[in-house]
Amino acid sequence: MLTLRSALRNSRGLAAALLTGTALMAPAALSAQEDETTITAVMHSGLRVLDPVITTAHITRNHGYMIYDVLTAVDENFAPQPQMASWEISDDGLVYTFTLRDGLTFHDGAPVTGADVVASLGRWGKKDSGGQLIFDVTASLEAPDEKTIVWTLSKPFAPLLDVISKQSAVPPFIMPARVAATSSDETITEYIGSGPFVFQQEEYEPGVSVTYEKFDGYVPRDEAASWMAGGKVVNVDKVVWTTMPDALTALNALSAGEIDYLEQVQIDLMPIVASNPNVTVEKRDELGYVTIGRPNHLLPPFDNRLVRQAAMAALDQQSMLATMQGDPAYYNVCGAIFGCSTPLGDETGSEDLTGGANIEKAKALLEEAGYDGTPIVLMAPTDVISLINQPVVAAQALREAGFEVDMQSMDWQSVVQRRAQQNPVSEGGWNMFFTNWMVPEISDPLINVMVNGRGDDAWFGWPTDPEIEQLRADFVAAEGAAEQKEVAVKIQKHVMDNVNYIMMGEYIIPQARRNTIQNMIPSPVPVFWNMTKEAE
Amino acid sequence: MTEIPTQRQSAFQVLTGLFSLPAGARIGVGPMIAVAILVAIVLASVFAPFYVPYDPLSMDAMARLKPPSETHLLGTDPYGRDMFSRVMTGGRVSLLIGVGAAVVSVAVGLFIGLVAGFFRAADGVIMRIMDSLMAIPAILLAIALVALNGPSLSSVIIAITVPEVPRVVRLVRSVVLSAREEPYVEAAIALGSSMPKILIQHLMPNTFAPLIVQGTYICASAILIEAILSFLGAGVSTEIPTWGNIMAEGRTYFQIKPGLIFWPGLLLSLCILAINLLGDTARDLLDPRMKKREG
Amino acid sequence: MFLYILKRVLATIPVMVIVAIFVFLLLRLTPGDPAAILAGDAATPAQLERIRDRLGLNDPLIVQFATWAGQLLRGDLGTSLLSNTSVAGMLGDRIGPTINIALMTITISVLLAVPMGVLAAWRHRTWVDFLVMSFSVLGFSVPVFVIGYILIQIFAIELRWVPVQGYKDPSAGFGAFFSRAILPSLTLATIYIALIARMTRASMLEVLGEDYIRTARAKGVRENVVLFRHALRNAAVPILTIIGTGFALLISGVVVTESVFNIPGIGRLTVDAILARDYPVIQAMILLTAGIYVFVNLIVDVSYSFFDPRIRY
Repeated sequence: MLTLRSALRNSRGLAAALLTGTALMAPAALSAQEDETTITAVMHSGLRVLDPVITTAHITRNHGYMIYDVLTAVDENFAPQPQMASWEISDDGLVYTFTLRDGLTFHDGAPVTGADVVASLGRWGKKDSGGQLIFDVTASLEAPDEKTIVWTLSKPFAPLLDVISKQSAVPPFIMPARVAATSSDETITEYIGSGPFVFQQEEYEPGVSVTYEKFDGYVPRDEAASWMAGGKVVNVDKVVWTTMPDALTALNALSAGEIDYLEQVQIDLMPIVASNPNVTVEKRDELGYVTIGRPNHLLPPFDNRLVRQAAMAALDQQSMLATMQGDPAYYNVCGAIFGCSTPLGDETGSEDLTGGANIEKAKALLEEAGYDGTPIVLMAPTDVISLINQPVVAAQALREAGFEVDMQSMDWQSVVQRRAQQNPVSEGGWNMFFTNWMVPEISDPLINVMVNGRGDDAWFGWPTDPEIEQLRADFVAAEGAAEQKEVAVKIQKHVMDNVNYIMMGEYIIPQARRNTIQNMIPSPVPVFWNMTKEAE
Repeated sequence: MTEIPTQRQSAFQVLTGLFSLPAGARIGVGPMIAVAILVAIVLASVFAPFYVPYDPLSMDAMARLKPPSETHLLGTDPYGRDMFSRVMTGGRVSLLIGVGAAVVSVAVGLFIGLVAGFFRAADGVIMRIMDSLMAIPAILLAIALVALNGPSLSSVIIAITVPEVPRVVRLVRSVVLSAREEPYVEAAIALGSSMPKILIQHLMPNTFAPLIVQGTYICASAILIEAILSFLGAGVSTEIPTWGNIMAEGRTYFQIKPGLIFWPGLLLSLCILAINLLGDTARDLLDPRMKKREG
Repeated sequence: MFLYILKRVLATIPVMVIVAIFVFLLLRLTPGDPAAILAGDAATPAQLERIRDRLGLNDPLIVQFATWAGQLLRGDLGTSLLSNTSVAGMLGDRIGPTINIALMTITISVLLAVPMGVLAAWRHRTWVDFLVMSFSVLGFSVPVFVIGYILIQIFAIELRWVPVQGYKDPSAGFGAFFSRAILPSLTLATIYIALIARMTRASMLEVLGEDYIRTARAKGVRENVVLFRHALRNAAVPILTIIGTGFALLISGVVVTESVFNIPGIGRLTVDAILARDYPVIQAMILLTAGIYVFVNLIVDVSYSFFDPRIRY
């Protein structure tokens, strides 16, 4: 009955306003807040899960960067930099010693200690696939004093700093030890960090809006901000994230000055704001996203390498990306499984994808494989805009090459549930689906879950691929960037031949802002430090 | 509280009644135009595959969102598919959904309603279940049902049908309840006619007139609900064009390519308008006293 | 009268119980896994299994139902699987916008539709009648979201009279509330106006043919008194009925308008919850909307006797 009461409370407001006739006089309360700067931002999705470790959802990660801080973080050159802590590595590569910098406090005023860091890393290490690899070789992780954390390994793990500095999918955010004590299968219930913004529990409406206030106790680093590294200087008092399910409504709201920032703009709709002198549409981040197709390696026909190769030959990045994005300025035909502009990116062997569909080759491969016309169940989500186009385009291309395609529409939730099914198609299985990743999430063999070849323990699609597992082990063992790159190119070649997944190219989603918003730093994650807001 | 037609009509009388005017009644120009529009739309939709210039599914990424031209009469959609071909083909599916939902809900509702109206023992339980179904907002129930079965054509029809059934049941039941009291039915019961015979021969024909009217309204609203389901992301797959999902796909382009939503919308609205007008006319003709029970 | 109301209230109990059972079963048979959306894209099957255990999704159906029913009887609507916040709290936050917009819609609809219907009946078979009927059929024929987009285009983008989207509580000033609520209310009202105007017209036509109206006119009672005092009052019962049953239609419309105008109400909450399989939220929402529907229709039934003295319970 609590609900009815609050409903009545709300509706009484209306009735009272109507009755007293004081209606059109706005209360004076609003003007009191005038000297406060608030940024109202429309993000790509609603925030519903507040635990950045339990989920890989981008919106929750973005929330994590608002209220938490990280030990180390990558800068725009993919290089790990100190954030909360600096580090020293022993000569044998087995002992990492981190020293927390001064002035770190949680939002409740308690200082950040080594114990908090150890607990937070421990919880993260149970969840994150990169973290699991490190903890597999961890001898001990301890905090000998308030400021020091010592991480001792049983054998060298060269990319350790890269893994804990990664900006996606699950970065190791530092929480108070009592919060990090929550089981990694249960969501946390206290939302306190040491980051530059404070989460406002009172104003949080799941899926609708979330409010952050500047944390006055935050001491930024002295360096300039660069991606997730450097000084996080906050120049606004308040940031409000709201959700708008309708893309057109969001753009109109920005155009009319009702919001300040729109994280994603649908490219076809850009003409609506093109002529508005108060709005800038721009690329925040040159890396962008990749879209990929994943065949199910367990079921026929995609258990046959030749059939997977045929599918890859039949698909054409150009037409898929053009359908998704429209304007070529916002997509990039790219055959590199680790992304075209990343240190490990390499396009070896991807001509079939980047050079247009090769239907003849696809037909020949199907012939050779003795494809018997088994229909391919292609899962097509209907409610996620960035995933609607791919299956539709792919279905047509595959049919042209001689595949029987059974495109099954369903909401994204059903895709998510069904892709976890290993059963045959007749018992709820599937053959192919498409999804998107941010480039930093696929940029190396440890982060990229699709090159995991451990069968049932691999990501949905479950390839059993000992060869790629060996290559991944070689990558961990590799010393120096040149050697790592060499292994990465081998993995690229292997994936193009074995078709673990099909890279469908890179695309960029532009953001839009009112011109009053200035000094946003380029970054894969939209960050609200550094930015300023002028009076309109 | 509703008025019930009590005179007995055979199915034949009902059907011929649609075409022959009772003395004194007059049909305005409106219904005539409605019939003309509806016939045109139905014919154009049914025969669409024989005259549309393109496969409604064939895409061309290089010809996206083109304005109307000689090659593409109504331009192209975001996949570079021919809008004219899609809109005309989409009509078939939309009409199929409308007619399908009307036929299924009338058939199911008729059966349940007859049972509820005739067998007092079943009545209480059935009507409580129907009341419960009516209390759940139709659109929410439909979304949940589509999520349950996947957005195939048949599951969309089922999702639209389920919330309509209780309305039909109520209607049939009330007709049966009052017809039961008629002397000829009581006589049939007294003479020991079998249950099915009484139901089918004596009671069912009374329901035809109101059901035809109700059916047309369901048909119209089903076409509309399909559009709303598509809008909410719970409609038929884009591989099966319907007016609804063409509009839903075009909705974000409302300001830059209004044609994407205008043309399917125009046909959809004209079609529903015509069906509703026919429903009104049929109601007035079949039973002037039913006027009271609109909506 | 009191006995009648009591009887009606008691009769709603089985209805609500059936709704509860129905919704519970429907959801548990629906494919989809709240654990999967909670864990995101990179979760492994073993992780999902552990989360499902925690959420109690692996318990037998009957146990899950009993748990939920027990909570309900204690007045506890449960906790959202996704956001870990109480469902009652979410409802409290979100029901205000929906109720305020619904009230405004009903007010606009009745104020416009009843006079329209009366006018059409009074000027039966003239162009006024034709106009009103055309509008009311049109109201049924255009999808709600199209009406919304057209209104936004005209009043928010071209004329710039009102904001494009959003919602402000009346406590933030009536002007702020009104300017944001007027377009969604008008959008929703089109179908409602159509419904009520048709019913008013039909009902009035019937009453206007009655002897006592002719008598009143013959006695020289002024026409507006005849129309509004004598005829409308007697035509009120079917009009009230349609307002009550139309309420279901209103809730359906709310779902769409809340998306178009970005109003944080319960319609969007429910659709989002269905798409995310957030079971406790969906269950509570459907029970609540069903409850409101039953309640509104109860009020309507009881109010008959107020308008029509011939009806006594």
